[in-house]
Amino acid sequence: MNTATVPASGSIRRRLIVQLVAGAAVLAALLFFVVQDLSRRLAENAQDNVLIASATSISDAMRVEGQAITVDIPYSALSMLGSVSDDRVFYAVLIDGELLTGYENLEGPEGGGAATGRYAGDDVRVVAVERTLSVAGTLREARVIVAQTRSGQQAVRATIAQVAATLGVGFFVLSVVSGILAANAAVRPLRRLTGSIARRGPDDLRPVTAPAPQEMLPLVSALNGFMERLKASLSRSEDFIAEAAHRVRTPLATVRTQAEIALRRVERPENRAALREMIRAIDESSRSAGQLLDHAVVTFRSDTLEQTAIDLQTLAEETAERLAPLAEMRDIDLIVAEDSMPAPTRGDPILLTSALRNVLDNAIKYGPEAGRVTMRSYVEDQYAILSVEDEGKGFPDGEQALTGRFARGANVGGIVGSGLGLTIVEEVVSTHGGQLILRNHPEGGGACVLLCLPYLP
Amino acid sequence: MRAALLALFTLISPVASAYEIEDRTLFAATGATADVTLKVLSTADTDVFAPILRSFQADNPSVAVDYITVSSAEIMVAVVEEQEAFDLVISSAMDLQIKLSNDGYAQPHRSSATQALPDWAAWREEVFGFTREPASIVLSRAAFDGLDLPRTRPDLIRILRENPDRFRGRIGTYDIRQSGLGYLFATQDSRNSETFWRLSETLGSLGTRLYCCSGAMIDDVEEGELAIAYNVLGSYATARLDGGDSSVIVLPQDYVTLMLRSALIPANAAHPDTAGALVDHLITDALGDDLPDRPFPALLPMGQDAATAPSPIRLGPGLLVFLDRLRRENFIRAWEASMLQ
Repeated sequence: MNTATVPASGSIRRRLIVQLVAGAAVLAALLFFVVQDLSRRLAENAQDNVLIASATSISDAMRVEGQAITVDIPYSALSMLGSVSDDRVFYAVLIDGELLTGYENLEGPEGGGAATGRYAGDDVRVVAVERTLSVAGTLREARVIVAQTRSGQQAVRATIAQVAATLGVGFFVLSVVSGILAANAAVRPLRRLTGSIARRGPDDLRPVTAPAPQEMLPLVSALNGFMERLKASLSRSEDFIAEAAHRVRTPLATVRTQAEIALRRVERPENRAALREMIRAIDESSRSAGQLLDHAVVTFRSDTLEQTAIDLQTLAEETAERLAPLAEMRDIDLIVAEDSMPAPTRGDPILLTSALRNVLDNAIKYGPEAGRVTMRSYVEDQYAILSVEDEGKGFPDGEQALTGRFARGANVGGIVGSGLGLTIVEEVVSTHGGQLILRNHPEGGGACVLLCLPYLP
Repeated sequence: MRAALLALFTLISPVASAYEIEDRTLFAATGATADVTLKVLSTADTDVFAPILRSFQADNPSVAVDYITVSSAEIMVAVVEEQEAFDLVISSAMDLQIKLSNDGYAQPHRSSATQALPDWAAWREEVFGFTREPASIVLSRAAFDGLDLPRTRPDLIRILRENPDRFRGRIGTYDIRQSGLGYLFATQDSRNSETFWRLSETLGSLGTRLYCCSGAMIDDVEEGELAIAYNVLGSYATARLDGGDSSVIVLPQDYVTLMLRSALIPANAAHPDTAGALVDHLITDALGDDLPDRPFPALLPMGQDAATAPSPIRLGPGLLVFLDRLRRENFIRAWEASMLQ
């Protein structure tokens, strides 16, 4: 069969997988960063809240004593910071910008609130709380700054980042797996359609009727339409061939009769030789036309196969009788073996007769003159078998290829033939669910053709 | 030129220290060679600490230990102001140890021993508690002849008020202006109960004598100079009064202040790894069950006490509060007002 190679423009499945995986990767990365950012904010927020509570409690502890502001830092103000993590703690209380107590040079966000900064060689989160006190009639601006290093927060964030990474990778892996499954599922109907068409026999041009997904319906119906047109075109050409063969055969018969009459009249040897050659050519043409007709008939009748009970023995005897004149012309003895037995099967009598006639035709043609062609019918292994043996050259080795259309053996030089005969036989036998076996006679000399058909009593 | 000379001078003679050394002992390496000399700054008396150092040297024969005893306040002077390099600082003043760590004068140490410590006994992997020592009251039996021994602070206040003449001038406690441990005990007392200020008033009214250290107080009780020593380190008392019947150690039943003696490796330590090994030795010792010649109480309460034992002062930034300049001034002013009448 001719398999034209179509260049592949990518793969739907691969493209689907790549797109799904790429999407999953983007989503996983997004998930990772969102979770990380969220965790950073939450951790910062939690730390800010404690810092603000601490600063507020210090601010609340400020009091005016005499003309001065003083403050007893509450124990809880700093111990609450220690309850969250083992981070370093710094604080400062300033009055009008002057350090009242606490760590020097600690700076917090102006106007209160939280910020990130550096102090004592460490990253710190720092908050400021402000308060106005009235001392002896003047207003004083008090400012409480509390800072804490961030290693506890960073440890929490590292843990969360790890969880987020695990989550992202897990999500990605799951997405890849489900992406591959989805891509495979999407491509499966295509494969099913391909398979169902690839499995078909060469002449099977029935429309595809198995259900297909909506997206594939246009493809399927286009395919069906194409096959419909192909079928019509094929049957048109078969019709044409049959018609042509038929039309050629009748005039050929007339020409042959005229040539025979002429042969009887002429006497010069070279003229007689020319006429004989002409008759032989006419015979061959007529035979080829007959075979073309047979082939068309087989193709036509195969579509709606008739099922009549047939006995291969009877068939052999009838056909032998009909072809006897042809055999006699080459002095060939066409017989049905005496040990034949009834071999019942079912099928189309016209097709089977045509097949057998082609086999015998070959046997008579390729067998030696004054030889013998033996038919034998028998039953073996649930097969009704009709064998035809001649005494000719036999088939060359490995000759199943001979059943191809217009194929001829390598050892038939000198004998005219179309190569259609065995094709017809093969088609008929396989249409009936049987098998055509070609082999050579074991003791040498002669081909043996077996028509094996289902044994159906 | 003058500056250079001055720098040279400072280098070759690290000035016989502006901080006050109480005692300095060199524990020579027991092995053939001394690879490392660990410089340990400690508040614990040399003879109390010696057994621990000897058992450490048994495991590390090539290590010599230069053991310097100072008061807890002098530790701050030596480490923060003088910036002198020590390999290990051991102190009973938990607040000052936390302050050193918080202000960046300590370096972290991580080992299987430090991992085994309970959370409350370590801070920032820099400060490691290795004992658990109660503040106790030491009483002279003779002085309490005919009186019930006080079991709680209110008991003590009542007895003092009822017998002012018997105890006048015969009561001793820490001078919190001098002793870091005394200050820690006093501030924790003030946190725990309002009784502290009433007690201070009473002590002040009876002309209480002020001491720098537990040892001196216990000695005076032994000698009959003092009838009552308040807020004495129970471990010292137990060691000194071993076998004697003249004095009695009382752990107040209203509340007990439990101090953790702690160690830290300064940031500028010359031999941090060897110092770490000594820290691990202290911790392993502290967590062990079998302490035949250990001079300090174990870190974890044992036996029947375990379930009901009070928790010690927590190592954490809360301790920084009483080191706040203003708060300290206010506290000492209030203490002086009641104690020095």
